[in-house]
Amino acid sequence: MRSLEPWVEAPLTTFLAESGARITLLTTSSGQVVAQHGFTHSLDVMSVAALGAGIIAATSELARVMGSPPLEAVVHQGNALGIHLAGFDTPRGRWLGLVVYGKETSLGLVQLFFGRLVEELGRVAPPEQPVRQVLAEDFEHELNSSLRSLFGR
Amino acid sequence: MSLRDLLDELTRIPGVRGALVVSREDGLVVADSLMESVDGKAVAALAASLTGRMAGVTAALGQPEPRAWQLQGSEGTLLAAPGREGLLVVALANAEVNAGELRIRLLNVAGRAA
Repeated sequence: MRSLEPWVEAPLTTFLAESGARITLLTTSSGQVVAQHGFTHSLDVMSVAALGAGIIAATSELARVMGSPPLEAVVHQGNALGIHLAGFDTPRGRWLGLVVYGKETSLGLVQLFFGRLVEELGRVAPPEQPVRQVLAEDFEHELNSSLRSLFGR
Repeated sequence: MSLRDLLDELTRIPGVRGALVVSREDGLVVADSLMESVDGKAVAALAASLTGRMAGVTAALGQPEPRAWQLQGSEGTLLAAPGREGLLVVALANAEVNAGELRIRLLNVAGRAA
């Protein structure tokens, strides 16, 4: 498990142990990766983050058109794998959680422990820090630093 | 007879705090009749998971799947019985319940729930 935010690690470790999830990705609502477990290639995680953010944006817009509050979660159930994708509010803004699970666990368990993960993240989140200006010359260094944190290289 | 009617046969037993029909594969609630304090989603997810693991244990022992299982705690008891079409019937009761009567009715309901 890799995380850009150290305070996310303990709740996410607990979630992974209890839910039996194979892959978990936490991102901001714009698709910026906060933490990941189970991915080995940076390209994969960036693609999945962008696709997940797109799905949530599309379903949120669908709900808005139908006059409904934002949908809480989207579930895709396959023969071998299932995907649970949900948006949730944290003290750091709205985040997305994408969980891939197999036959060794169930959607009920994933949903149960994902709810507890969201509660715990809300409880342990440190106060919002002022946004630091990212200069163009720092961008590549910041990006490489984030990728090293998420993939250990 | 609806699933809710079947569950009411269990919740009428003194000491029963709730009963659920659960999808075994997903661990999701299909129907429930619960007291307010009972977290039905948690009971459903955990009971389905336990049932799957117990089925795995008995399969490893070369035995057929259990018809029912009971988890007894200091303050209550949880009984579950696999039903038809991938369903699981679960009952949650306090420690004073007549467990024998509950077990018989649970098996009866599990045989009809579909």
